[in-house]
Amino acid sequence: MEKILEVKDLHVHFSTYGGIVQAVRGVSFHLYKGETLAIVGESGCGKSVTSNAIMKLIPSPPGRLVRGKIQFHDKQLTELSEKEMRSIRGVDISMIFQDPMTALNPTLTIGTQLMEGLKQHKKISSLEAREKALEMLELVGIPNPDERLKQYPHQFSGGMRQRIVIAIALICEPELLIADEPTTALDVTIQAQILELFEKIQRETGVSIILITHDLGVVAKVADRVAVMYAGKLIEEGDKREIFYHPQHPYTKGLLKSVPRLDATEAELTPIDGTPPDLFSPPKGCPFAPRCPMAMEVCLRKYPKTKSLTTTHKVDCWLQDKRAKKLLASSSRK
Amino acid sequence: MLRYILKRFLTMIVTIWIIVTITFVLMISIPGSPLNEERGTSESVQRNLESYYNLDQPYHIQYILYLKSIVTLDFGPSIKQPNQTVNDLLGQGFPISFELGMVTILVALLSGVTLGIIAALKHNGFIDYMAMSVAVLGISIPNFVLSTLLIQQLAVNLNLLPPATWASPLHMVLPVAALATGPMAIIARLTRSTMLEVLTQDYIKMARAKGLSPWKIVIKHALKNALMPVITIIGTLLAGILTGTFVIEKIFAIPGMGRYFVESINQRDYPVIMGTTVFYSVFLVVMLFLVDIIYGLLDPRIKLHKKEGE
Amino acid sequence: MKPENKQVPNEWFRWTEKDVKAAEVVSRPSLSYWSDAWYRLIKNKLAMLGMFFLVIVVFLAIFGPIISPYEVTKMDQPNQFHPPSKDHWFGTDQHGRDVFTRTWYGARVSLFVGLMAALIDFCIGIIYGGIAGYKGGRVDNIMMRIVEVLYGIPYLLVVILLLVIMEPSLTTIIIALTVTGWVGMARIVRGQVLQIKNYEFVLASKSFGTNTSRIIRRNLIPNTMGPIIVQLTLTVPSAIFAEAFLSFLGLGIQSPYASWGTMASDSLGAILSGHWWTLFFPAFFISFTMFAFNVLGDGLQDALDPKLRK
Repeated sequence: MEKILEVKDLHVHFSTYGGIVQAVRGVSFHLYKGETLAIVGESGCGKSVTSNAIMKLIPSPPGRLVRGKIQFHDKQLTELSEKEMRSIRGVDISMIFQDPMTALNPTLTIGTQLMEGLKQHKKISSLEAREKALEMLELVGIPNPDERLKQYPHQFSGGMRQRIVIAIALICEPELLIADEPTTALDVTIQAQILELFEKIQRETGVSIILITHDLGVVAKVADRVAVMYAGKLIEEGDKREIFYHPQHPYTKGLLKSVPRLDATEAELTPIDGTPPDLFSPPKGCPFAPRCPMAMEVCLRKYPKTKSLTTTHKVDCWLQDKRAKKLLASSSRK
Repeated sequence: MLRYILKRFLTMIVTIWIIVTITFVLMISIPGSPLNEERGTSESVQRNLESYYNLDQPYHIQYILYLKSIVTLDFGPSIKQPNQTVNDLLGQGFPISFELGMVTILVALLSGVTLGIIAALKHNGFIDYMAMSVAVLGISIPNFVLSTLLIQQLAVNLNLLPPATWASPLHMVLPVAALATGPMAIIARLTRSTMLEVLTQDYIKMARAKGLSPWKIVIKHALKNALMPVITIIGTLLAGILTGTFVIEKIFAIPGMGRYFVESINQRDYPVIMGTTVFYSVFLVVMLFLVDIIYGLLDPRIKLHKKEGE
Repeated sequence: MKPENKQVPNEWFRWTEKDVKAAEVVSRPSLSYWSDAWYRLIKNKLAMLGMFFLVIVVFLAIFGPIISPYEVTKMDQPNQFHPPSKDHWFGTDQHGRDVFTRTWYGARVSLFVGLMAALIDFCIGIIYGGIAGYKGGRVDNIMMRIVEVLYGIPYLLVVILLLVIMEPSLTTIIIALTVTGWVGMARIVRGQVLQIKNYEFVLASKSFGTNTSRIIRRNLIPNTMGPIIVQLTLTVPSAIFAEAFLSFLGLGIQSPYASWGTMASDSLGAILSGHWWTLFFPAFFISFTMFAFNVLGDGLQDALDPKLRK
């Protein structure tokens, strides 16, 4: 399979009132053509920052891409100028935001907002742009597109607006779509519809999707592969089955335990105690160690190296070390 | 939209009615009769006044007749200027004051909005700090201080511009500058803060994600949203500018309505004071109404939300 | 990667103790709302400068007239228009009165008017806005309709009208300013009260287990008092400005007593004949004080904004 995106050792810092926040601290992953990669984590773990970094949309100042490479096909996005980047945004890589209520400009018609990207990037007549816009509205399932084109965002419901946002993102036929919590702000029934729309779009256009979410239900539904982030680090990565059925990192296990499941025999929900560490001064060891039920001395002292379990499954955890396995065998944690 | 206009219109009528009533009540509560006694009022003027104010009638009749004359835009005679009515004075003075006011609000809007946008785009940079320092000074220096300063430095010391009167566009420079600085500062501060807020909105991020150029994002996506709150304060600014003309016209010896008004205050020419107050109030309330309508036309959301007040 | 893992000593592979884990959790000290706001305020250099300026003005307003050997109203015609000197630090005016003494006497008047206007606005606003917000429904609707109508009345015109009718004095100026000034405060208080009502359900739901007074202290008061405090700080300079404006029109404090506005108005003619000090000192200190209040108000606005709190 062809890799269309490869992120290597990404570091992003924000300088704030209280000091420098190390929001992303060495994240690496890749994306194949036509697949959906879900990036999962609690709020503040750096998943949105990572996605914004790919688009180079980190507000600077205060944000700064300190280190790392982002390769899209054969282009190094980190080395492109702002102007070159603009010819990629919306054309090759598109983005969808969390809240459809605020993602659309309240003072412009949705027709204008749909077509402006198209007019910016492609040499196209107004009539053709309109045709394309109508086609997109139909694709995302908006009835009466002809009339709707002239309307303003406030005349649409939340679910409809998210469909429009998706249409806007897809109108230039991008290869990669980054969806940042696309269903979080929606009702549950609408969520399901939007997720189905994603599947349909992927079938019809072959677009690759990076889905940022904290909702494992969403992941289970649409993702092919899953990357779990915690405190600015990517701690576990694997295909969907590996993550859901053989999670290795205690944090991933905790996440899965904290989600209600219909097929569970015992109705047991276990929240993870504690809060993520402060990223003003991130711990030198594993950031999850203070909350980890299986924490060892070493976890507090040093960050573990990435261990590959299969060709797809990777995890950053000291429990994978032979010596930890010995410890596990000899004494169980009380 | 029609309901919105109607509602605003009714509010406007009520406001005008209250203003007129207040003036009437104040008028009849002036200790003694304001219109005669040892104020050196000539007999012909006296008769004019009596017929205009219907002083021989009981108060409620007086009130109704007063309302009627206001509706027909007849503001009565002057005490101190024989053979002149308030309408005559307004006819001579108001066009000049209106011109001064309009030029001022235009200058204030153009410069204030520009300053505010530049400051927001260069947020926390040198230009931002400079622009905002100028703006804080602008709202801190009263216009009568600024105008004397301008006259002394630019007109008297450097002899660059004419210090007074209203004869040519060149004569307008100093009074307009003195009058526009305050509103400009207010507009610049407001534009900057709304602009900064708008620039953090998701739809701006979305526009950037579409690959639009920064220039296009500012013009097409940010500006209109950022300027909406600016439109809402134009009414209040106009009120400030209008009262400001009283001072500016006095200092620069501009023969506008403001100067007549100040003179009438000093001479206690009650009919002129009352008439001008009512006229200016009505003028401002109507302007406020028009500004609201323009706002309603520009903001597509108003048509649905009929929420008012805030 | 393997060799590096080998460098990790074997003895590190043991379970952690519970207290070790607790110690490892780094958490920033959580500041209470007020100390956090205070911290942000004192970090704001401009706001601190404003505070410093205010201390200077208040200090001199209290002690200036006391340390001066001259009387405020004492005329000394032969000594007219003395430039600033050892005897008269700020010079003397057209009647030979000491400008230093008059400036600080004027500061007392201006500050008193500003503070009283703010205080009275605050009291009326709290009562009116509080009732409207607390009662809600129809009462709120009617009360806010009234406010909306009053808001449309150009307040300086009404103030002028009132002062023309009433005998000019400090009390009348304050009354005239507050008759119309409380409306803005009432609006803000009402909005804040509505917010408090929303918190009531928080209180009810948290009444089991959570400390109620803590919620009031940490959430309720900070979120509602911020805008009111800011409005108070900004009412003072606008009242000072209004007093200066009215005195300038001849409707304020009457000669021989001094306010910054009357002093500026009286010395308009003097400045063109070169006696700059008669205007400079009152004008400078009006601007100085307005600047101080404005930057302090801005600083408070930033410091008290719960949105900015991280």
